[in-house]
Amino acid sequence: MQQPGKLDAKIPGGPLKDKWTKHKASLRLVSPANKKKLDIIVVGAGAAGGSAAASLAELGYNVKVFVFQDSPRRAHSIASQGGINASKNYKNDSDSDYRLFHDMLKGGDFRAREANVYRAAEISNNIIDQYVASGVPFARDYSGYLDNRSFGGVQVSRTFYAQGQTGQQCTLAAYQALSRQIKAGKVTMFSRRDVLELVLIDGKARGVIARNLLTGEIERHSAHAVVFATGGFGTVYYLSTLAINSNGSAALAAYKKGAFMANPSMAQIHPTCLPVLNDYQSKLTLMSESLRNDGRIWVSSKKGDKRNPLDIPENERDYYLERRYPAFGNLVPRDVASRAAKERCDAGYGAGETGLSVYLDFKDAIKDQGEEVIGNKYGTLFDLYRKITGINPYKEPMKIYPASHYTMGGLWVDYNLMTTIPGLYALGEANFSDHGANRLGASSLMQCSGDGYFILPVTIGDYLADEIKTPQIPTDGPEFEEAEKAVEGKLSKLMSVNGSQTVSSFHKKLGQILWTHSGMKRNEKGLKQALQEVAELQEEFWKDVKVPGKLEHLNHELEKAARVADFFDLAKLIITDALDRNESCGAHFREEYQTEDGEAQRDDDRYAYVSAWEFTDENKGPMLHKEKLVFETVTPTKRSYK
Amino acid sequence: MRRFLGSSLTKKLVVALAGLFLIVFLLVHLAINFLLLKSDPSVFNSAAEFMASNIVIKVFEVVLLLVFLVHILMSVILQIQNWMARPTQYKVGTRSKTSFFSKYMIYLGGIILIFLVLHFFHFFFIKIGWIEGDSDNFYALAHDLFKLPLYVSIYVISFVALSFHLNHAFQSAFQTIGFNHQKYTPTVKFLGVLYSILIPAGYIVIPLIIFLSE
Amino acid sequence: MKITLKIWRQESAQDKGGFVTYKMDDVSTEMTFPEMLDSLNEDLIKRNEVPFAFDSDCREGICGMCGLYINGRPNGPQEGVTTCQLNMSMFKDGDTITIEPWRAKAFPVIKDLVVDRTALDKLIQAGGFISAKTGAAPEANAIPVSKEESDIAFDAGVCIGCGTCVASCKNASAMLFISAKVSQFAVLPQGRVEAKERVQTMVAQMDALGFGNCTNTGACEAECPKEIKLSNIARMNREFYKAKIS
Repeated sequence: MQQPGKLDAKIPGGPLKDKWTKHKASLRLVSPANKKKLDIIVVGAGAAGGSAAASLAELGYNVKVFVFQDSPRRAHSIASQGGINASKNYKNDSDSDYRLFHDMLKGGDFRAREANVYRAAEISNNIIDQYVASGVPFARDYSGYLDNRSFGGVQVSRTFYAQGQTGQQCTLAAYQALSRQIKAGKVTMFSRRDVLELVLIDGKARGVIARNLLTGEIERHSAHAVVFATGGFGTVYYLSTLAINSNGSAALAAYKKGAFMANPSMAQIHPTCLPVLNDYQSKLTLMSESLRNDGRIWVSSKKGDKRNPLDIPENERDYYLERRYPAFGNLVPRDVASRAAKERCDAGYGAGETGLSVYLDFKDAIKDQGEEVIGNKYGTLFDLYRKITGINPYKEPMKIYPASHYTMGGLWVDYNLMTTIPGLYALGEANFSDHGANRLGASSLMQCSGDGYFILPVTIGDYLADEIKTPQIPTDGPEFEEAEKAVEGKLSKLMSVNGSQTVSSFHKKLGQILWTHSGMKRNEKGLKQALQEVAELQEEFWKDVKVPGKLEHLNHELEKAARVADFFDLAKLIITDALDRNESCGAHFREEYQTEDGEAQRDDDRYAYVSAWEFTDENKGPMLHKEKLVFETVTPTKRSYK
Repeated sequence: MRRFLGSSLTKKLVVALAGLFLIVFLLVHLAINFLLLKSDPSVFNSAAEFMASNIVIKVFEVVLLLVFLVHILMSVILQIQNWMARPTQYKVGTRSKTSFFSKYMIYLGGIILIFLVLHFFHFFFIKIGWIEGDSDNFYALAHDLFKLPLYVSIYVISFVALSFHLNHAFQSAFQTIGFNHQKYTPTVKFLGVLYSILIPAGYIVIPLIIFLSE
Repeated sequence: MKITLKIWRQESAQDKGGFVTYKMDDVSTEMTFPEMLDSLNEDLIKRNEVPFAFDSDCREGICGMCGLYINGRPNGPQEGVTTCQLNMSMFKDGDTITIEPWRAKAFPVIKDLVVDRTALDKLIQAGGFISAKTGAAPEANAIPVSKEESDIAFDAGVCIGCGTCVASCKNASAMLFISAKVSQFAVLPQGRVEAKERVQTMVAQMDALGFGNCTNTGACEAECPKEIKLSNIARMNREFYKAKIS
């Protein structure tokens, strides 16, 4: 394990653009004959896990894949809508690996590693090639060649898309590649399994404890290396754009076993989601950022204006993004757009009954380009909106509001995507990765796919090269025994509380605390209060939660309870991290640290580091380790989109 | 080859092609039936005589019989598989929008099959000498039968069933053989409905005229 | 509004199962269908009863996890939606809603409204992929694909694998499901290479898994939440015959 204070990111030397190539050449290899003898566990099968599992199996490793859904095709990468970035420069608008890298680094407010971000940009083109070859029907223009569109925080068109279902098409391509390997017998699929614990033997990740959700059976699974591609934990806010079962339990289990958690407070609140309408709501559906390509965002310039948007004349509309950020207009990055919407609504200009929404209007785009062109670009999204709200966006502006969406933070990984636990890798949204303090649109699919297809399959060999003499790991050792006991203990404890409040009611309260104090805007007082409230709520949970049903059974309430139990710990980590970072950067906006015109004020002298938190014990708080961010190529500048 | 014959899609293709063959045969048969409306029996009888003696037609008859049998057999096999594919039924019957008669094809087919057996008794079995009757004068036989209210009722019911059967079968056969085109499929569907009304109506009109003219 | 629910409850695959009637007095028309079910389950928990199980995940109509047979129609009375997108405004005060699990031999019931749809995964495993190895792909723009064909591929590719087509079909046939995948790859040049093999293995697998046969009733097309067209089935039929003849 890493020594405290000695986080080695293993960033290769040499010029930025040669690092990955040189690094690949220097990594050790495992021969095909030896790969056959090595087992790898992959948890999660979205764009990252699915592509990784398929690629590893293709290389010859024995792969075991775990998902909590009934099928690997359901991972929430499937809901990614707008697109996937690549620096192909098909539009001849002077795009390049460097520009993509620079946009991402700046978009992340200079809180990501240069080397990682550059690599992400460098392999972006291979990803598009791979997906096209796999049959992803990306949008094409009439020439038969691939089309692109723009996304937030960017001044070129580099986003490849398949209407509003790009994530679905890419994830299914990975799923299909995975299916091919299942058929070939190289991948064993374990669906409807919750991975609840990580097993370490001699400090190395050697297996997992999973609960079979259908039978309740606690299972032991071993491997030579373990890969977590378990997604983000944005559902900690209760209402989010994520699937309702998305969770952070596997990541938290890894954290508690010694993997550091990096930048947990960097949680993206996405500006274009459906607003909260009522108490029953279980989900805030995302309306793709791509809509901001052609849609204009506005509110009334009169406070508390309850008029029908169609009755508000042009001169009484405040296109506040265009007003505040003339250079990028409606295409400012997500954190900026979200805060701007919150600012207007808090000031009393919000739209709709609740005053907690803003308009996204396509009137001008339809006038310029015609309904058919707009329909071609956003048809599925418009239909989705109409189905949910009953409002036809071709005729009337959409109402949107920010919602919890993505966690830039996650398990700390080095350049090889290995966590601080040897043999445990984290991919995609589950790692803290390449997005710094804010992720730009269409770069998540890019990062997930890059991690899964092109990075992990190469870097994991360097670790496994030492394992070729390790026989299959037995699951009857004391480490497995102990881990299984811990899981059983936790689950029976949950069942035995038999209190009076439902799991969901706790989750809602937790979400409310976080949303209020650790959402788009934070301050020290609020964060301290939130930490206190979360601790109290957690205590109450373990005294008064009610979990019906049985252990040995399909029991959704028990699944939820185990997840919510972990959310308390994650929430505390988020808040602790937010309190530590006395600056504003990207999605992390501390009200104490802002410029006169309300923009984020970064503090590079004191906070140009990745916060990596180490679990100490249940009663003491986490311990902070700092990975200093060194910028060799780019000089961090003030991030301005004006 | 075994995989080809064993496949559900092949069975479906066979049903569809046999069905299309029978659809064409219906038209030919109807044309001859119209001769029954002539007051001179000899025209119909000589047509019948020709059908009975011509070697090409004889071969055709065997083919026709086989086509019928294959159509029926394959449909029954597929239907049994279809029943087995949902061992537990829904408690609330379907309210999905579907091609209406598609749900009753096997039953409609059953009614038509019963009629066919009757039909065989009266004509075909006389012709090959298995049962007694005047095999030289089918015209008289048909006219005699069409005077019986019971027979005419059975006849009409059977052809109404055929109409319903065809209503789905015509367009369905095209879909099964792989013909589905944005531009032409609506025309196929329209022709199918037209055919399913006109042909059985033609068959029904003949006994009705004979019956009512008595 | 007031609603009466008749929900299929079944302890396990072996259990016989039956309907249990629940009355709800305070259903908002703003709820989605699963939100309504959630709120009933919350009430059941508070009343010390065991909540019923139903699958649901993304709640935005894309993951395909949910899927209930509601009043004689998969995903209820609203057109072109998944169960999670179904609005309670589609129902009236005083309505009785009967909820059943998907019924098919290939989709055995696991518990209450939860069924096992791994058969759909097995169909994809049989050949619903292009064997493009990681790293072996040529430059993406090397092969132009006409917009028309690309759009056909996309329209077929939007299938979410929810099983509505099987649930709605009177024969519990998975033809729309496999034909969507066969079509998506049949129209793309990258998919043509394996087209013959793909259609044959997928159809053979469909037969082996106990799905029924297509009788062109059109129920699947009418109910598919992603509005996948019957023309895909015709295309698959053509592909199949072509593969067998050549």
